[in-house]
Amino acid sequence: MALHSADVARFSWGALRGFPSRTVLMLIAMAIGVSAVVVLTSLGEGARRYVIGEFASLGTNLIIVFPGRSETAGINPTTMMGETPRDLTLDDALALTRSRRVRRMAPINVGSVDASWRGRSRESVILGSSHDLLAIRHWELGQGRFLPLADIDRAMPVAVIGSKIRDELFGATPALGEWLRLGDRRFRVIGILGSEGRSIGVDVQETIIIPVASAQQMFNTASLFRILVEAKTREAIEPVKQFVIDTLQERHQGERDVTVITQDAVLETFDRILGALTYAVGGIAAISLAVAGILIMNVMLVAVSQRTAEIGLLKALGASPRQIIVLMLTEAMLLSALGAGLGLLLGQAGSLLVRQVFPVLPAYAPAWALVMALAVALLAGLLFSLMPARRAARLDPVLALSKR
Amino acid sequence: MIELVDIHRDFQVGGQTVHALNGVSLTIESGEYVSIMGPSGSGKSTLLNLLGLLDRPSTGTYRLNGQDVTALSDVRQAQVRNREIGFVFQMFHLVPRLTAAANVELPLILAGIPPQERLPRVTRALADLHLSDRSHHKPEQLSGGQRQRVAIARATVTEPRVLLADEPTGNLDHSSGQDVIRILEELNARGITLIMVTHDPEMGQRARRRLRMLDGCMTDEPDGTA
Repeated sequence: MALHSADVARFSWGALRGFPSRTVLMLIAMAIGVSAVVVLTSLGEGARRYVIGEFASLGTNLIIVFPGRSETAGINPTTMMGETPRDLTLDDALALTRSRRVRRMAPINVGSVDASWRGRSRESVILGSSHDLLAIRHWELGQGRFLPLADIDRAMPVAVIGSKIRDELFGATPALGEWLRLGDRRFRVIGILGSEGRSIGVDVQETIIIPVASAQQMFNTASLFRILVEAKTREAIEPVKQFVIDTLQERHQGERDVTVITQDAVLETFDRILGALTYAVGGIAAISLAVAGILIMNVMLVAVSQRTAEIGLLKALGASPRQIIVLMLTEAMLLSALGAGLGLLLGQAGSLLVRQVFPVLPAYAPAWALVMALAVALLAGLLFSLMPARRAARLDPVLALSKR
Repeated sequence: MIELVDIHRDFQVGGQTVHALNGVSLTIESGEYVSIMGPSGSGKSTLLNLLGLLDRPSTGTYRLNGQDVTALSDVRQAQVRNREIGFVFQMFHLVPRLTAAANVELPLILAGIPPQERLPRVTRALADLHLSDRSHHKPEQLSGGQRQRVAIARATVTEPRVLLADEPTGNLDHSSGQDVIRILEELNARGITLIMVTHDPEMGQRARRRLRMLDGCMTDEPDGTA
């Protein structure tokens, strides 16, 4: 006595429509469970992306090169003593852009001069660099524009000043376009850094940035203080580091006379944070699905007692216990699938809402969470309705039918 | 055809044992028309459930067509119930969300009969009971008599050899009741074995063989085999 699957589906569908309040309850339970997973994971994912973004604003995938070798490994300090490291030059810096793994490069020269405007003067830090520095450091420009995109060996009389410099030298007068005297040279102010400009070690607000070639002329030097190299991806950091070491060694007649550091240590910590975050989100998601599963079980138990007479009748008409189980499980699976589908829609709507309310949080549920939510919903629907289904199959038809 | 030998059925009701059936032996031949009467609690419904394989005896043997059905598995019992036995209940027990036709179709679905074979059988069963114009109505749109006729169509669509009726007229007005009884008797006349439990002496008297139950025991009425 094998039931036809079309008959089973039709009967179960009819049963769902025959008890609308129960069906709606169950759909809600399932939908809430699934949408909770979707929203929670999208929150977790959003938080993760937010953290990544914040880290990125410090300067991501950064490789910092400076002259002289300070690594202790394998070096006898006495050999260091007499050694004069070769300077880093602009040509060295340019050579470091010749890898497809390198996204940006900015040479840096640092000095200190008197900056003056109409009788007011102030000692300030001069940063000689290039157009890409802004992007590498993730600084924000308050007004005007940053150093123009030009050959880095071109000395131009332009300057970008920090907001504190602007306040102290120019006061309320608009600074853009004014000629600023730095030492014995004049520079036109073309941009002002936002006061939010973040920095590591350098107080951006008290800095004046000019083209690196201009800085070299001003300080009468051909060497660089640092070279910042940004790799395209996190995975590219190590190869780029190696590339930098190799390139400079080649250019420096085989001497390894530079120090190259990366953000490895920071990234490692970062990785641990992300891992913990993912586990936490997974755990929360699992709990909400378990709750949904228990709701399903309760509603299916209600379904069995609500339909005692019908189940008894089916038995009287010759339904075997197995057939009863098949019918009840099909019903539960149909409900679970519908509820899960509804929950996915709800969850997506929920994370859309989160994105509307907190625009800084890129709350998108990851694909694995959607797949997992669907799969676990169906599995939970199946597992948690087994018990009620078996109870239905064991129902005593005499008692079931005598309930009047 | 039906052979009960020394059937006992005990229930545990709150620590006390109730002997619903107390050594019932009974033989019913194919095509008989039997009424079972007796006061409430005399065990007549228990007997009917037992005959319909909805219940198992505590002790005793039940042979249907020579086969000991008390020893069958649940699955085999379900099959026997589906093929050999039709039930008509006092409360009709139609599935409220299904149409008359779909209710009649249920036992055929459970038997795994393909859809194209089911339709003509359902149509014929409904036509036999003058319900052709009601086949797409839900039970709530039908009168009591019509509901019971749908239930009879459902009980007979598998062409069982035994029809068990538990107070089939108990929820009907007099004329609908008469109608239903006439239909059952027609079916009996065409060869089905009809066993009917009833309170109503008037209905009971119509049966060719009348059994009376009292306190779980059975007596053939003296004039029962007239």
